[in-house]
Amino acid sequence: MIVNGERSEIPAGETVAAVLRRLGLEANTRGVAVAIDGEVLPRACWETFALPRDARVEVLTAMQGG
Amino acid sequence: MMTGEDEDALLIAGRALRSRLLLGTGGFPSLELMSEAIAASGSELVTVALRRVDPAARGSLIDVLSGAGVQLLPNTAGCRTARDAVLTAKLAREAFATDWIKLEVIGDEDTLLPDAPELLRAAEELVDEGFTVLPYTTDDPVLARRLVDVGCPAVMPLGSPIGSGMGIRNPYNIGLIRESVTVPVVLDAGVGTASDAALAMELGCDAVMAASAISRAQDPVRMARAMRHAVRAGRLAYTAGRIPRRHYARASTPDEGLPDF
Repeated sequence: MIVNGERSEIPAGETVAAVLRRLGLEANTRGVAVAIDGEVLPRACWETFALPRDARVEVLTAMQGG
Repeated sequence: MMTGEDEDALLIAGRALRSRLLLGTGGFPSLELMSEAIAASGSELVTVALRRVDPAARGSLIDVLSGAGVQLLPNTAGCRTARDAVLTAKLAREAFATDWIKLEVIGDEDTLLPDAPELLRAAEELVDEGFTVLPYTTDDPVLARRLVDVGCPAVMPLGSPIGSGMGIRNPYNIGLIRESVTVPVVLDAGVGTASDAALAMELGCDAVMAASAISRAQDPVRMARAMRHAVRAGRLAYTAGRIPRRHYARASTPDEGLPDF
């Protein structure tokens, strides 16, 4: 799957929480949002949603701007 | 009416703000300087963008802003289509637990001017989704009215292109926008220095948003203070009611009692 634009070794079936841990984030980190294949994945699903094989995962957070 | 030295509160979508200066967090060389500038500006509403997590990033912007006691206004900076802007807004709502969104849909790389049809489409969709949409728009009074018609509780027309510091290129249009909508008008983009902010307020804008003008000033904290005073001065002047412009002089000293030498 692709995580933040880079091919990842994360196997299909992993949860978003596991992806976040690899990025050094806890599942309760404030100010984080996740999109899977162009759709928002609500925080409540991070521990349970199993990522499909070719998922495009975007993990976003606050950045200075505007 | 004003009470004492204080400004009247700004009301956007039922939320009262004492400061009429909105602050962008982009462009500050450090979080420390940003934090000091926020305090100096007196701003209660500051924008943040949404970007990919950088595992190497140091310091948490969210923690710093939370410590500053300000409310977050996430933006959709960088979005070129209504689709991307809508998705970004939904992600921002998820990340920051606010349904307020500063909607930006950019249509030109060089000027970063808004893409009017995409902006209007995104605004309508986000309002339908329950968002409080503050659209960054051109200085077109008709578009401003259309945005209000679809449910935006404020409009944010540009003075001139983002980061250009060119001030208000078309004060006439900003004045027309003020006349054509009843919601708050927040002058956004183009502010270069304090007098630009004061002019916006004197034209009847309800607030001013400044980012680069403060963050990229040689002394951001000092400029934040300048903007704070400029916005207050401009607001006071607007509500005080300026004298009409005249072509010729009008003596302020009466002629009566003038000695005949």
